[in-house]
Amino acid sequence: MKRFNRLGSLVLAAVLALTGCSSTPPGTGVFLLLDTSGTYAGELDRARSVINYLLGTLDPGDSFGVARIDGGSFSEKDIIMRVTFDSRPSVANDQKRVFMEQVGAFTDTVTAAAHTDITGGVLQAAEWLEEVGPGRRTVLIFSDMEEDLPEGFIRDFPMELEGVRVIALNVTKLRPDNVDPRVYATRLDAWRDRVEAGGGEFTVINDLERLDVALEL
Amino acid sequence: MPTWLMIWPENPALSAALLLVTLILVLYGARAPAHRGIQGVARAINQGCKRVAAALRGVQERLTDRTREVLLSEGLEDTERQIEQEFRRISDAVDRDLGAYPVLHRKLADQVARIDEDYQRVTDTPPAPESWTRTLQAAGELVRQAGDQSAAAKAVDALRTSIEDAHDQAMESYRDTSRERHELLARMVPAWRAMSSTLGRVEQSVAGIFERARHLDELMDRYREIARESNVAERKLATSTLTQFVTASLVLVVASLGGFINFQLIALPMSEMVGATSRLGSMQTSDVAALVIILIEITMGLFLMESLRITRLFPVIGRLDGRTRRQMAWAAFSILFILAGIESSLAYMRDSLAADRAALTQQLAGSTVARPEFMWIPAVGQMVMGFILPFALTFVAIPLESFIHSGRIVLGQVTAGALRAAAFTVEMIGFGADHAGKALNKLYDVVVFLPLKVEELVLTGRERRTRDVAADRTTSTA
Repeated sequence: MKRFNRLGSLVLAAVLALTGCSSTPPGTGVFLLLDTSGTYAGELDRARSVINYLLGTLDPGDSFGVARIDGGSFSEKDIIMRVTFDSRPSVANDQKRVFMEQVGAFTDTVTAAAHTDITGGVLQAAEWLEEVGPGRRTVLIFSDMEEDLPEGFIRDFPMELEGVRVIALNVTKLRPDNVDPRVYATRLDAWRDRVEAGGGEFTVINDLERLDVALEL
Repeated sequence: MPTWLMIWPENPALSAALLLVTLILVLYGARAPAHRGIQGVARAINQGCKRVAAALRGVQERLTDRTREVLLSEGLEDTERQIEQEFRRISDAVDRDLGAYPVLHRKLADQVARIDEDYQRVTDTPPAPESWTRTLQAAGELVRQAGDQSAAAKAVDALRTSIEDAHDQAMESYRDTSRERHELLARMVPAWRAMSSTLGRVEQSVAGIFERARHLDELMDRYREIARESNVAERKLATSTLTQFVTASLVLVVASLGGFINFQLIALPMSEMVGATSRLGSMQTSDVAALVIILIEITMGLFLMESLRITRLFPVIGRLDGRTRRQMAWAAFSILFILAGIESSLAYMRDSLAADRAALTQQLAGSTVARPEFMWIPAVGQMVMGFILPFALTFVAIPLESFIHSGRIVLGQVTAGALRAAAFTVEMIGFGADHAGKALNKLYDVVVFLPLKVEELVLTGRERRTRDVAADRTTSTA
């Protein structure tokens, strides 16, 4: 009997070790925000490459969403496509093909927005990622990070970004940045402060070749 | 130096010197108990180490004895199996070749009887007797004496003619009989040849049995040697076991690689069946499912080999009657066959998934999708591998059995060696501690050498004085 008890304990220990309870749920969630403002709309072809790269990298069960940044980005209508890929690889591949076509259709027909509500987009992305609940949450912002809100919009409040990595991609330099580079640095520092104050992590990647290392997907 | 240790903080050198002198005096005062303490600790460590070493040696000896018992017992069992197998072969040979001996005997007897009968029939008929010739000569003489025209001469002549006719007929009949005899002799040749061939077969069978009997004798000698537990037998068995262990390990490594390839073949398509997202601990459920399928295949292979009596890992299966074992073997083979079919289809699905994935990657990269020609070759190759590998893994049972049996002995021998080494190390530690204690005592004396020297001088002086006083007394008495 003692032997069986010992055996049972060993099996239990093995099962516990095997099922090793980690607090982080599996899967990755990525939400990409595309700046469609007049100053940045020309960069959308590069954004398409990034989306294709992400589609090739994400696994079945991962979640991926793409939304545009315009005058009022905290809105469902700005979401171009969002999906949690099926657990079966073949179905996930079909979903990726549809995703690619939808994004292609959007980039072909997009019109330049008058304003740039980045904060609204980030809030929208964080909310969706929270809802989907992946283990790793990443918000990619394909923008020059220059926010230009319409009259009356309120965005100067702390954001809740606990456990979210915010990565600013391809942050182009604007004319004032060229005149005084400190403006560029100040702009990025302001975003870093806002994100980190919300519990998130902020990174800037301008060299898209380094995307795989930075994303750690 | 801390200030609280200084008697004259303004003069550290003097303070240090005083402290040193005090320390040396204290050490000198405590020399005897310190020496005893150091020696006691060293001796205690030495004794403890000796006891631990003795205990380790005891365990090692018990383990060595047990390993030897297992080695000899397995050697005996193995030889018994070989003897049993040899007896079975002889029995099969006897059943096959000599089981039909009564029929063979009857056949030989028939052939001998036929030859004998034919021989009787070919008995030579003697030619016409000499009396006939003499009768004819007497009749000729009578005819000459009586004259040719006499009635008696005519009668005798007629008689002679009749006798000559009868003689001719007899000769003709003799020639016929001789012909018939030659024909019979010609008929006997195949019968002789058949008999010679039959006897040749019998000789071959008997020679085979003799050969097996010789091998059996060798096995019996080995069995006796092992049963006597001789050192020669033990050495032979140990060498054989080590060889088996190494060979089985190598084969198992190769089999593991085969299992790994098998796993790679079915892990990806398994994600289509159980999903790629669920996890069991750090492993994907699809990987676990693929692993389980491979393990089931290996288990079925074990049962199949066990049912066929090729391996003997499960005595319960070995004790089953022949019919049940056959049924079990068929059941294991059927399950293996079904699993091989499943693996084959999974391998095909893997190829399709890989192609789909490649097509998607090309699409995402913006290039046109074109399926290369001859892509069916790897697909077919994977399907064939998926079908064959489960059956190949079945044979893992054979090296596994050798590994388990030889591993027990090799592990015992290695553990015994490690215990022996541990005992030696512990003993050396004890030895070292004892000598370290002695060295420490000497070092202690070096530190307090000055008071010791003084003590020595004092004692020598006292001794000399005592000797002088004794000498003076002796002189005055004289």
